[in-house]
Amino acid sequence: MTDTDLGVPPPESLRAAVWAQFRKHRGAVFGLVVLTLLIIFSVVGPLVWSPEKLSVVEALKSKNLGPSLVHPMGTDQLGRDQMQRMMAAGRVSLAVGFVAMVIAIFLGTLIGVLAGYFKRLDGPLMRLTDMFLALPLIPLLLVMVMLFRDRIAGVLGPEMGAFVLIVSAIGITSWMQAARIVRGEVLALKEREYVLASRSIGARPFRVILRHILPNVVSPVMVAATLGVAEAIITESVLSFLGLGFPPDFPTWGRLLYEGLDYFQYYPERVIFPGLAISLTVLSVNYIGDGLRDALDPRIRGR
Amino acid sequence: MLDTRPAPLVQVEDLRMYFPIYTGILRRHTGNVKAVDGVSFSIQAGETLGLVGESGCGKSTVGRAMLRLYEPTGGRVVIDGDDVAHLPPEALRRKRPTMQMVFQDPQASLNPRMTLAQIISEPLDEHTDWSRDKKIERVHELMDQVGLNRRFINRYPHEFSGGQRQRIGIARALALNPRFIVCDEPIAALDVSIQAQVVNLLEDLQDRLGLTYLFISHDLSMVRHLADRVAVMYLGRIAELSPSADLYARPLHPYAEALLSAVNEPDPAIAARRKRIILKGDVPSPANPPVGCNFCTRCPKVMDICRQVKPDLVEVEPGRLVACHLFESRQAAGTTGAPEATERNQQGVSQ
Repeated sequence: MTDTDLGVPPPESLRAAVWAQFRKHRGAVFGLVVLTLLIIFSVVGPLVWSPEKLSVVEALKSKNLGPSLVHPMGTDQLGRDQMQRMMAAGRVSLAVGFVAMVIAIFLGTLIGVLAGYFKRLDGPLMRLTDMFLALPLIPLLLVMVMLFRDRIAGVLGPEMGAFVLIVSAIGITSWMQAARIVRGEVLALKEREYVLASRSIGARPFRVILRHILPNVVSPVMVAATLGVAEAIITESVLSFLGLGFPPDFPTWGRLLYEGLDYFQYYPERVIFPGLAISLTVLSVNYIGDGLRDALDPRIRGR
Repeated sequence: MLDTRPAPLVQVEDLRMYFPIYTGILRRHTGNVKAVDGVSFSIQAGETLGLVGESGCGKSTVGRAMLRLYEPTGGRVVIDGDDVAHLPPEALRRKRPTMQMVFQDPQASLNPRMTLAQIISEPLDEHTDWSRDKKIERVHELMDQVGLNRRFINRYPHEFSGGQRQRIGIARALALNPRFIVCDEPIAALDVSIQAQVVNLLEDLQDRLGLTYLFISHDLSMVRHLADRVAVMYLGRIAELSPSADLYARPLHPYAEALLSAVNEPDPAIAARRKRIILKGDVPSPANPPVGCNFCTRCPKVMDICRQVKPDLVEVEPGRLVACHLFESRQAAGTTGAPEATERNQQGVSQ
């Protein structure tokens, strides 16, 4: 804020203030850069990097190659260019990670806020959460995928169908942690005097939640969200590994990792590259979440 | 009821606020914490009623139940003609602008993620459809009224001192031109020099805007300074309700006497002569109060009847209401204002 002769400063733009603070967080900027590079790698990459199609004989000759100028990340056991597969896999893995995280966080926050704020809903919703936590997730996911895969694939096509199914399956089986965290936080927040003050003004519950509760549960939600991205990417690879995710010829980072495991001792780069991609995604998302959390808190922003 | 005087702005009748206790695996309802157990009083427009008592006696609960931040268990709270305790939700919402609250802890009562402009205009957002400019103009006006620099409008609560934060809380309470404000220990969290500023501000606003206050506090000398009448509470019930000057000069109820003997006396000569009444024992649990007078376990002047019958709040001298068996004989003899006393008796606690 600068001293102008008006004496009364115009309302400061919240977005500008948040961005200014975000840029001060070195880790967050690093995370943003890395994540942007990963996204560019997997979205723009395939447009630039398209090695020639090989005949069967050529493919057999060029299988299991190490990194070289022709194949910067080597080739797999079928002679396919590993970098091209990494790019295609990145699109799917990143999309799955973020969309599943958004679904899980949305569900978790919704249920957590409802359970924490409305006493009557607390019992039923938290028992539901306990029930989901008690369910063995992998068998549940398997059943869900088995039941719905063909039906959804019939409507949306095999790849899009698999994507929607996996994303929603992961989303609705991983919201429980977020719901619990949010509920606890809301229980504490709703007894705060500013919530009481808002009620004494006559604000409706919906407005109280939007104005006072949600902005103050941002920190724990942010932590849960960043962890959720990693978890979703891993869960997707587990599902694909079990043959219930994407079709076998459809690369994702998780699948590349599992395929590479068999050759780990001879060709470690086959594991290292997808592993590195997943780790970098998780790490950068974590740092971005950290920076965003700080930037959204006016007490930290002021400094 | 009181035909000679104008109808009071606030009339509380037999207000009860019980918090249920659930025990056991089945969470059965096994009892109540009787935080407020039959409290009655009235406040005239423009008057300040002080509400004092030790920690946990139900002062704040009275204030919150009056504004229906808690659902009262029983009783009526008539504010400006409407029984707030029984209004349906939408009518209650429309009634809210008339009655506002200033909270104890200015740190906790302001959302740390909202700017001052957002905090003060929150009531305007809820109850008006003004344009943004008009709201900002009103916020400026309110900031002037409570003595905050207009330049602070985009700052966040953590950037202010305790006294300034309390001013923000007061500005928010004033935004909708209320008639009645519950001040719930507004100065308890402030240091002494700031306390005086805030109290002076409250008095100033009362003069200018004709406000009516319920001033809840445990700071007895501040209440003496600010209040016209004072109610002394003990364990969920009013022990004595008297004009401020009379109460401080000569408390009638034994509890009021003991409480007021704790007020610091600036004159060392008088302080040396004064006898401090130190009560023995602890306050009984509000979940299981005594059968008779709530104060009978600690009262220095306890009688047999005190352990069996709860005394009612009756007028024993003009304008002075006391709930104590000591004064019942005096009242029965009809020494002072007997007709008026019986009249007041109706707004007393349950018979």
